[in-house]
Amino acid sequence: MNNLRRLIIKGSMAAGTLGVAVSAGLLMPTTVLASWPAKAFGAKDMTEGLATLLGSNDMAESADIKIKAPDIAENGAVVPITVTATMAGVESITIAAPNNPAPLVASFDLLEGAHGYASTRIKMGKSGDVIAVVKAGGKLYTAKKGVKVTIGGCGG
Amino acid sequence: MTLSRREFLHLMGLAGAAGLLPGSLRATSQRPTDLYELPRFGNVCLMHMTDCHAQLNPVYFREPNVNIGVGGALGKAPHLVGNSFLKHFDVTPGSQEAHAFNYLNYDAAAKTYGRVGGFAHLATLLKRLRAERGDGNSLLLDGGDTWQGSGTAYWTRGKDMVEACNLLGVDIMTGHWEFTYQDREVIENIGEFKGEFIAQNVKVTEEALFDYKFSDFDGFDEDAGTAFKPYTMRTVNGVRVAVIGQAFPYTPIANPQRFIPDWTFGIQDERMQAMVDQVRATEKPELVVVLSHNGMDVDLKMAAQVTGIDVIFGGHTHDGMPAPTVVKNSTGKTLVTNAGSNGKFLGVMDLDVRNGKLQGYQYRLVPIFSNLLPADPAMQAYIDQVRSPYKTQLEEPLALAEETLYRRGNFNGTFDQVICDALNKVNDAQISLSPGFRWGTTVIPGQTITMENVMDQTCITYPETYRREMSGADIKAILEDVGDNLFNPDPYFQQGGDMVRVGGLDYVCDPNQTFGKRISEMTLDNGTKIEAGKKYMVAGWATVGSQSPGRPIWDVVADYLRDQKQVKITKLNTPKLIGMAGNPGLEDYPAA
Repeated sequence: MNNLRRLIIKGSMAAGTLGVAVSAGLLMPTTVLASWPAKAFGAKDMTEGLATLLGSNDMAESADIKIKAPDIAENGAVVPITVTATMAGVESITIAAPNNPAPLVASFDLLEGAHGYASTRIKMGKSGDVIAVVKAGGKLYTAKKGVKVTIGGCGG
Repeated sequence: MTLSRREFLHLMGLAGAAGLLPGSLRATSQRPTDLYELPRFGNVCLMHMTDCHAQLNPVYFREPNVNIGVGGALGKAPHLVGNSFLKHFDVTPGSQEAHAFNYLNYDAAAKTYGRVGGFAHLATLLKRLRAERGDGNSLLLDGGDTWQGSGTAYWTRGKDMVEACNLLGVDIMTGHWEFTYQDREVIENIGEFKGEFIAQNVKVTEEALFDYKFSDFDGFDEDAGTAFKPYTMRTVNGVRVAVIGQAFPYTPIANPQRFIPDWTFGIQDERMQAMVDQVRATEKPELVVVLSHNGMDVDLKMAAQVTGIDVIFGGHTHDGMPAPTVVKNSTGKTLVTNAGSNGKFLGVMDLDVRNGKLQGYQYRLVPIFSNLLPADPAMQAYIDQVRSPYKTQLEEPLALAEETLYRRGNFNGTFDQVICDALNKVNDAQISLSPGFRWGTTVIPGQTITMENVMDQTCITYPETYRREMSGADIKAILEDVGDNLFNPDPYFQQGGDMVRVGGLDYVCDPNQTFGKRISEMTLDNGTKIEAGKKYMVAGWATVGSQSPGRPIWDVVADYLRDQKQVKITKLNTPKLIGMAGNPGLEDYPAA
């Protein structure tokens, strides 16, 4: 197997797994980051969680954000989500699933010059939207994509 | 209506005039050749079979009287049944082809015209068409659901069908139920298949790529991550033809993921667009076709969104469509076909490809009537040989059918009711659930129901039954979930199966409603209201998530039939419908 490819996959998976583990409460925040925003990620309400994390709820829908996610999840426990933001000066990408008990799932802070790209897997208990919020140039932009979680079976 | 349609109908008119109208007792003995005289057209012939569900021998198969279209699909192909179907496609009522396409007057017409399909009869037609078109001027495409569906396919793990397809000369195929064997068996079967197996929408999961167990498999592309070859290029009569594969997108959802844990599917229409663009740019094809197992509604949406495809040869939803639907998109148009199921039909598209592009076409969905096409001796010998070890089991008589037993339709068919009643009776349950598959052959009145008929309705690789308590709320959730897979107005959310079949349970269904609001007024057979918080004993089979503990469903149904001796349905648990008056996807419905 191609070593570079393996390295890239390993890297992306490690990042993804960490985010999911954190949001699922598997890791104590203090072991990950000193300044873990526990209040935001623990919020039961998405609007409140996003406002706590990003400092505002004032966000505009943007066609420059693309969310790649399955229409129907093959496994609700690991739904692959990729967010690509093509606007200039992306500072962070935040992913939320409003129907989850703790809607805020992951947030990626990007260094200057980084591509606006984040890919991870999230857990979804039931059907609903996946929301991406991108901070760029000090402003918030958002997009959403519906993902269905089904019990399966009964295919033709 | 296209020119080819008119010619087809003219041809069918001749068949009618030649004494094929029902009531003519000599119809089946005259063996007129008109039905299979397909004049040559153009320079490339693409023949398409799909969803035969391993039916090697001729069968009976009743088409649905309920195939409801909602939202944008209302009143359009394929959501037309009965007289609406005949009118839309201009098929003569009462004609032999009307019987092939339609459920009307089923019992009498089935007796008159006999069984349909069968690989030996199909082989005869293929030989004739190949000879007429000339060596190397045609391809045989198989849309999948070929290696599953019969007792022998189950017992040989699909291998009887792999060899039958090799004998038939299938050039290219894609899959769905092929993936319900263990992954190593899938790889092995594809290895023994002499044609090419293609699927652009199946990737190896990123986790599995670390140490992929089939890294030596020919079709695997490590850089792209695709598990199977995505497309193939063929030269047909000097014309460069690209065929792109599209496997059933929701295989790991509709069927057990546990058999194929390393593979991930999805519609992947963006990848399809990229693939079409790449193929057009690098391979310089004169014709681009997709061999699809999306299901017709998904194909119609994909054809409107993805540009650059000339034809989508579709399957999965078992819609025997006499003519293609022409779909316009932003750069041109795409033809979408669907070629029925159970070996009943061969789709024959003759294409005129000149100056680097498609100039015209003729299409016929040719019914395979086993009384009109003699069996090919070599294929019949193979079929007899592959069945011989299982002959005693298959031919065991179980009961007598006193009415037509069938499955196909959006809600309970009569054979489903037998299965549901068997589950309730044998397992001492109040309510039974049975999957809404679209395969499963038909038994006509007066026929002895054999073990083979039961296997044709039930043989899957996860046949185990269960008996467990469920709350009224749980049962409703299941009905709503499956209802949304069927009636979601966005085709990309449809999985292509029919509604879950029920025994001991009545309900009201409003297909036009949204998720969670379609099902109401659930009652037991005796009229007692189902309460959300109350527990009910439920029996079922075909669990996707994990293996159930009970006996295989065919043993349960066989026990019941041996006990019944004669089968007549006393009550069909089919829901009362709301908002469906005048819907052309519904005729002769008892509870409309």
